[in-house]
Amino acid sequence: MHELSVAQNIIEIVKENVPEKDLGKVKTIFLEVGEFSGIISESLQYCFDVIKTDTLLEGSKMEIKKIPFVLLCNECKSETSNNMGIRYCEKCGSNNTKIISGTDMQIINVELE
Amino acid sequence: MSIITIERKVLEKNDELAAQIREKFKRNNIFVINVVSSPGSGKTSLLERTIEELKGKINIAVIEGDVQTDFDAKRVERYDVPVVQIVTNGGCHLEAKLVKDALENIELGKIHFLVIENVGNLVCPAGYDLGEDMKVVLLSTTEGDDKPLKYPKMFINSSILIINKIDLLPYVDCNINNLKNNALSINPKLKIFETSCTTGDGIENWCKWILGKIKK
Repeated sequence: MHELSVAQNIIEIVKENVPEKDLGKVKTIFLEVGEFSGIISESLQYCFDVIKTDTLLEGSKMEIKKIPFVLLCNECKSETSNNMGIRYCEKCGSNNTKIISGTDMQIINVELE
Repeated sequence: MSIITIERKVLEKNDELAAQIREKFKRNNIFVINVVSSPGSGKTSLLERTIEELKGKINIAVIEGDVQTDFDAKRVERYDVPVVQIVTNGGCHLEAKLVKDALENIELGKIHFLVIENVGNLVCPAGYDLGEDMKVVLLSTTEGDDKPLKYPKMFINSSILIINKIDLLPYVDCNINNLKNNALSINPKLKIFETSCTTGDGIENWCKWILGKIKK
């Protein structure tokens, strides 16, 4: 995908939530990136490192937790995971399932020195 | 050391704008689809056949999205429907901001059905809400029956799958049942249509379904 514009979005959200006087103290930005969010964590990390240069966030780093794609089966109530985005429950084979994680990208919090 | 809790989705600005657009569509009772596919699957051709079939029955408007040129808008203009061309100049998908700006050039009051034809790309448009009622993903028979498995996010996020270029099935290595099964394995709720813009097969059925969704 276009991790550069996503990295810019992240920086904007951080700036909206951290007072300007404290931006230089941002140490770590914690993200959760779903397996099917469309974003490659490594590319996002790279793009962030490029665009933070010469800004108040230059000294900060990103820590990304990868969130797996998890289904809740409405038939047998099991939670199962797969890395293909397939909707069949691995326990009972039903396709009556709900995606409960793995499609979003969130900024969780920011750690300041 | 201190922690500032944020807990916000990265694409929330797009989502907020999309929600505003959705409200505007709702106020005007317009049925809106966001049509997505690889380049060359037949989005614009399908749109042309759809307009031919439905013109006179309902009022249609179109937003076209392309990296370069206004070729698609010019094709649609020939049918005398309101159309706005968005040129992204490199952007690989449409975003809510671009659609919001485009809507300033469309008189929504009399429109029943709005088609947003996205940039040809089976990856990035999947993640961007444009305020539509649903995403319609087009997949042509020449692209291969494994594509739903290779591009799952797009199929997860769509409500309709239109399998296009069915007239070419005898000539291509595509098993339509495998294609459907693969798509349904990613999204069991997908409603599937089969069309050919060349022969006209399936167009009437597709348009009948659209008429059933019209809100006013």
